[in-house]
Amino acid sequence: MNRFATLPVLGGLLLASLALAILAGETAMTLADYRAALFYPASPVAEVLWTIRAPRAVMAALVGAALGLAGAALQGLLRNPLADPGVLGVSASAGLGAGLTISLGLTAIPLAIEGAALGGALGCGLLVTALAARFRTPEALILMGVSLSAFAGALSALVYNFAASPIMATEVLTWMMGSVANRDWPDALTALAPMIIGAALVGWSARGLKMLALGDETAALSGLPMARLRAAAVAGAALLTGASVAASGVIGFVGLVAPHLVRRGVGDDPARTLAPSALTGAILLVLADLAARVIPTEQELKLGVVTALFGAPVFALVAWRAARSWRG
Amino acid sequence: MSPAAWSIQGLTARLGGRLAVNGANLVARPGEVVGVLGANGSGKTTMLRAGLGLIPAEAGAIHLAGERLETLPEARRARLAGYLPQERRVSWNLAALEIAALGAPDLSPARAREVAAGSLARVGLAGFEGRGVLDMSGGERARVLLARLLATRAPLMVADEPAAGLDPDAQFLTLELLRAEAGCGAAVVVTLHDLTLAARSCDRIVVLHRGRVVADAAPREALTPTVLRQAFGLDGALVEVEGEPVLVARRAP
Repeated sequence: MNRFATLPVLGGLLLASLALAILAGETAMTLADYRAALFYPASPVAEVLWTIRAPRAVMAALVGAALGLAGAALQGLLRNPLADPGVLGVSASAGLGAGLTISLGLTAIPLAIEGAALGGALGCGLLVTALAARFRTPEALILMGVSLSAFAGALSALVYNFAASPIMATEVLTWMMGSVANRDWPDALTALAPMIIGAALVGWSARGLKMLALGDETAALSGLPMARLRAAAVAGAALLTGASVAASGVIGFVGLVAPHLVRRGVGDDPARTLAPSALTGAILLVLADLAARVIPTEQELKLGVVTALFGAPVFALVAWRAARSWRG
Repeated sequence: MSPAAWSIQGLTARLGGRLAVNGANLVARPGEVVGVLGANGSGKTTMLRAGLGLIPAEAGAIHLAGERLETLPEARRARLAGYLPQERRVSWNLAALEIAALGAPDLSPARAREVAAGSLARVGLAGFEGRGVLDMSGGERARVLLARLLATRAPLMVADEPAAGLDPDAQFLTLELLRAEAGCGAAVVVTLHDLTLAARSCDRIVVLHRGRVVADAAPREALTPTVLRQAFGLDGALVEVEGEPVLVARRAP
């Protein structure tokens, strides 16, 4: 694809997938119903479309965009095609923050879950960056990330284990599985604010991400304010991931897969991978949530389960290719 | 007299706790090519890194164009010194033109690409602008990275082993290009392992041995049999072949 056509095409695909997610669903509708939904806002079908399906689809788009952007930023920052908020433990740490807040019964405090998720993501982001400076090989960093992720997952399981009541346990488990079911417009607005700040930080760091392709030393002497650009990338990716987890729980692999799908189309440039990754992440998650809704199952599929089922094989494929290039 | 492009006085720096550079001096003036030589582990790279502020110096005074290194803002330092590290790993398959243009982040993107296209042509890679660097041979990639250094247009160019792993023709080309930069008024500092190539291409040679400077003079005065034996463990000498210096040596018993 021509690199100048990438953004409009992806933007169009996102609008199309949002429209599909709003129009399609378990409730069968006739053409007359759709007409009613469009022209009579008070009708029951309008309620289904605009207060149930639309905010849910928009929330999926926001979370997908945030995770896609966070993944692209982390991959550029760490110079590693396997980096992703999930693989590096950023998502699991945010999930741990949210789980702790629930199990301690602090959910009544406004923005407590959001704050805890952001804090968990930021802490893990800083740790990963420090580890990346210490261990220069891509394999070592991924292994560190895997252990961080496993540890945060284990602590989350512990929180689940010690949950005071079955209801609380279910709530914690829901965070760990990830879902955008029953989200409304105010939820989307709450998620939007930290995501916008995170996206701005990542966008500002873009030229630093490109310079880092040449290695730390060249970047350090390039004249760019690398320390600030790196900090912006880490903080931005952590804000995006934390806000996503606060909004929808832990959803894996979007941050890994989205940059992978667009990288070739933008000439492998880590700066120009950012915006298309956000759009691709949004499209993927809107479609994945649509699948979770319409695939007929007794219990509704959780979004995080759907993305993991599709994402894990892609992760294996990327790892396969990356391992071959590292060997050469 | 204008100040030296790079002045390092009494530099002491550590590498992993070990004293790698111990009271070393180095001066590079506009228009000259200075070769920094020494055995593996003699402190060449540590001296360059500390001299550019990439790692902390334990002691010493460092100036770029007469300005103290510690007080230089990042952008100003980048305008005064360009650096080509030994490590040639590039993380993404960016096009050659994009890589070379990273040498000029101070220019507008369009202008940076113009400068980059010019330096790619100078390293003999005209027509390769759109080629991904990971699809290139090691030698071609080294030339793209050299083109990035040239695109910095800095008055001091520091290249750490720019000839390592290159075929003979590419080694000569690399040194010729750096000499041409010096011809245009830049100060050039290179580390090299090929003593013949160093003696032929450098105006002055600085020899490091265990972190100390043991010679700093024109090639023939610097690479004496005594220095060759002390710093490299070689029995030998520079001889003249068709008016050019050539090293004839073997391991000292």
